[in-house]
Amino acid sequence: MYVAVKGGERAIENAHRLLAHERRGDRDVPEVSLAQISGQLSLGVDRVMTEGSLYDRELAALAIKQARGDMIEAIFLLRAFRATLPRFGASEPVDTSRMQVRRRISSTFKDMPGGQILGSTFDYTHRLLDPVLAGESMPEAPALAEAQPLAMPRVTDILGRDGLIESSPAEDADQPVGDLTRDALSFPADRDLRLQNLARADEGFLLSLGYSSQRGYGRNHPFAGEIRLGEVEVEFMAEDVGFAVPLGAITLTECQMVNQFKGTDTEAPCFTRGYGLAFGQSERKAMSMALVDRALRARELGEDVQAPAQDEEFVMSHSDNVQATGFVEHLKLPHYVDFQSELGLLRKLRKEFHEAMETPSEMQEAAE
Amino acid sequence: MNAPTYNFAYLDEQTKRMIRRAILKAIAIPGYQVPFASREMPMPYGWGTGGVQVTAAILGTNDVLKVIDQGSDDTTNAISIRKFFEKTAGVVTTTSTADATVIQTRHRIPEAPLHAQQVLVYQVPIPEPLRYLEPRETETRRMHALGEYGLMHVKLYEDIARFGHIATAYAYPVKVNARYVMDPSPTPKFDNPKMDNCPALQLFGAGREKRIYAIPPYTSVVSLDFEDHPFTRYKHDACCALCDSGDSYLDEIVTDNKGSRMFVCSDTDYCETRQSQGHRGSENAAPYAESKHA
Amino acid sequence: MTTIAEMPAGFADKVLSAQSTFRSVMDAMARPGSVQRIEAASGVPAPLMRGSAAIALTLFDQDTPVWLDAKMAATLDVAKWIKFHTSAPVIADSSVCSFALIGDIDQLPALQRFAIGSNDYPDRSTTLIVQVPSLTQGPAIELRGPGIDGTAVLRTQMAPDLLERLAVNHALFPRGIDLVLVADDAIVAIPRTTRFVAKEG
Repeated sequence: MYVAVKGGERAIENAHRLLAHERRGDRDVPEVSLAQISGQLSLGVDRVMTEGSLYDRELAALAIKQARGDMIEAIFLLRAFRATLPRFGASEPVDTSRMQVRRRISSTFKDMPGGQILGSTFDYTHRLLDPVLAGESMPEAPALAEAQPLAMPRVTDILGRDGLIESSPAEDADQPVGDLTRDALSFPADRDLRLQNLARADEGFLLSLGYSSQRGYGRNHPFAGEIRLGEVEVEFMAEDVGFAVPLGAITLTECQMVNQFKGTDTEAPCFTRGYGLAFGQSERKAMSMALVDRALRARELGEDVQAPAQDEEFVMSHSDNVQATGFVEHLKLPHYVDFQSELGLLRKLRKEFHEAMETPSEMQEAAE
Repeated sequence: MNAPTYNFAYLDEQTKRMIRRAILKAIAIPGYQVPFASREMPMPYGWGTGGVQVTAAILGTNDVLKVIDQGSDDTTNAISIRKFFEKTAGVVTTTSTADATVIQTRHRIPEAPLHAQQVLVYQVPIPEPLRYLEPRETETRRMHALGEYGLMHVKLYEDIARFGHIATAYAYPVKVNARYVMDPSPTPKFDNPKMDNCPALQLFGAGREKRIYAIPPYTSVVSLDFEDHPFTRYKHDACCALCDSGDSYLDEIVTDNKGSRMFVCSDTDYCETRQSQGHRGSENAAPYAESKHA
Repeated sequence: MTTIAEMPAGFADKVLSAQSTFRSVMDAMARPGSVQRIEAASGVPAPLMRGSAAIALTLFDQDTPVWLDAKMAATLDVAKWIKFHTSAPVIADSSVCSFALIGDIDQLPALQRFAIGSNDYPDRSTTLIVQVPSLTQGPAIELRGPGIDGTAVLRTQMAPDLLERLAVNHALFPRGIDLVLVADDAIVAIPRTTRFVAKEG
């Protein structure tokens, strides 16, 4: 005799217990600590903070540990936590021209005030697996120099002095800051919302879109005007006190792409900007974001919107990996009921098809 | 570390206010999809976050909650969502359709008629009925604004031209209050007639797509069709093997490796209630009490 | 000037009272004409009724600009109470408000002076919270439309021209305003979908 399937609750409990067991791994091996994740898998932590939209290294490290190293799962954990936090307001705009720079490169000028600073980078390493790292190792202490006391102007500011590049939108403290986590998005979306969407967007998705724009799908001739990494102060305007209160420093990677613009009948040709900003050291993300930001400005700059990277509704609707993974993976959920409907329909269509094959002329008439 | 603490029914009060305002607008404009600032929930998008947010915004301490997925209270995702509200709202839960005040569902409408003291909350993956015909939100919004649904009629008509009838088995589009074309969520079209003139309030939540919509009680809900090709409700050729019901929606169960099949009710509460009333199907000749221990 | 310490109390249990008030408003909106009771807030400044205050505490916040009619704005008490308890901005331009509090139904401004939404976004409209003397006494008005099983009857004192204006509002659908009538702790909602037939007596 058939008995309906039961026991889902028990199955879930057991599955979670098994998951916890497997997450821990071999119990003879010491457990990985949050300090180890934060300190030694720091670029992973940076990515989780960036796409998780929450600057908290410790929580990001916890999320990575809990997610067994699955980055999108870790981002999801951080986002779900973020959604429950009370919102006090928006910080003052951070001033990246006052960044305490640790790395700064420009591909447009050989030298400029402040110079090129290579800093810590995988660039120019030979990608050879290093057997030394398989064991415990203590690398040589880094070479240190005095921190530069002077602010380093951004390369785009230098270009801006001669009017060679469009000016940055003026900062307006009275202008409300859009927030797509507080208001439902509608199209067309302004650049503030587009940039917020791109900042939270999946790195791989932006990488591929940015790449596609380089290969000619919405090409706009980018130069890496400047990529800088370092610490900036975050300040919050406290209405009660009447002045901006410093909240602390955060590490940011900023990329300003310099792109061609032909000009119009009324505007002289000048360079245009694509902008990328990410928490921590996230250069691939910041550069990809800058490429896609510029591509998405097609409408505003009067360019034809032809390529996927230029299509804001396409890009913004599909960039979020937490949304994307949820919907892709929801196909694991039972769909018995709909499948049953489809089975019924398919059987009916096949029956009608075979009947029609047997009496072709009648069916033809019915269809007409 | 910043250890998390959570509010009654998980959502913070500001989020609840925002969702509550959207629900009121949805009721006032039946079938229109109200945009809302959907939050990241502690379960994945696509797994019921819209329904969960709607339920969390309406649920109170006096409510009795039932959660079903595919008609069943015992599917893993239904259990997971029910546990979530037991834990975060301490709410009483039930599997009985008649006893529930709030029913959250995915892909089914219960077989037992709903009554006026109930709210049915649907989990919706793609709220836009025109989405597969026109992927752009900017375009579909315009069509709804103008009440211009020619695209949908063309699609349905093409089915008729090709197959002799409309080849849509689930998520079959409806027109609400003679104005908005609406996606009933991926329920089988078998369930469509239950939405029409229903005494219960029906709320629809799409978390990932950030939309809430509603059908007030006693509101006209018409499945789209043509005069010469009227809407037909899908009918199984079988009866439930457990409770012998001839007019409920049935799941097909594969019973052996040779492809033998039987059919049982997808609505488990309906099926169990019938069995407890003494109805017996072909697979269930023995008394109900014994079958439970089989 | 009222200090914060003197500010009258709102809900005793914010979370559960807001939920219960919302369910009453939701049921009212879903079943036009039905009289729903609200778990009233305490310490409410005149001329705000207990029911209106409870709705404000439940639905207003910094994202919902609120407009007050002359009677509500006659003293600063109501505006102050709203700002303190809900953080909602009280604004002078009725055409962009999310909610309007109406103390005097006979002086209700032209409905076009409120937000009625657009055909693209009909939800971007004002909800009017209108205080009336009674929801059980007065001439009977027959209601029809979504949420109503056949017909419902509303009894209240309403100027005849208001019915005509609400008929125009109904004709604007899907645009339009929605009303919540309040008499002390009783409410009746009239969404834009509701149609009216005035009855004798």
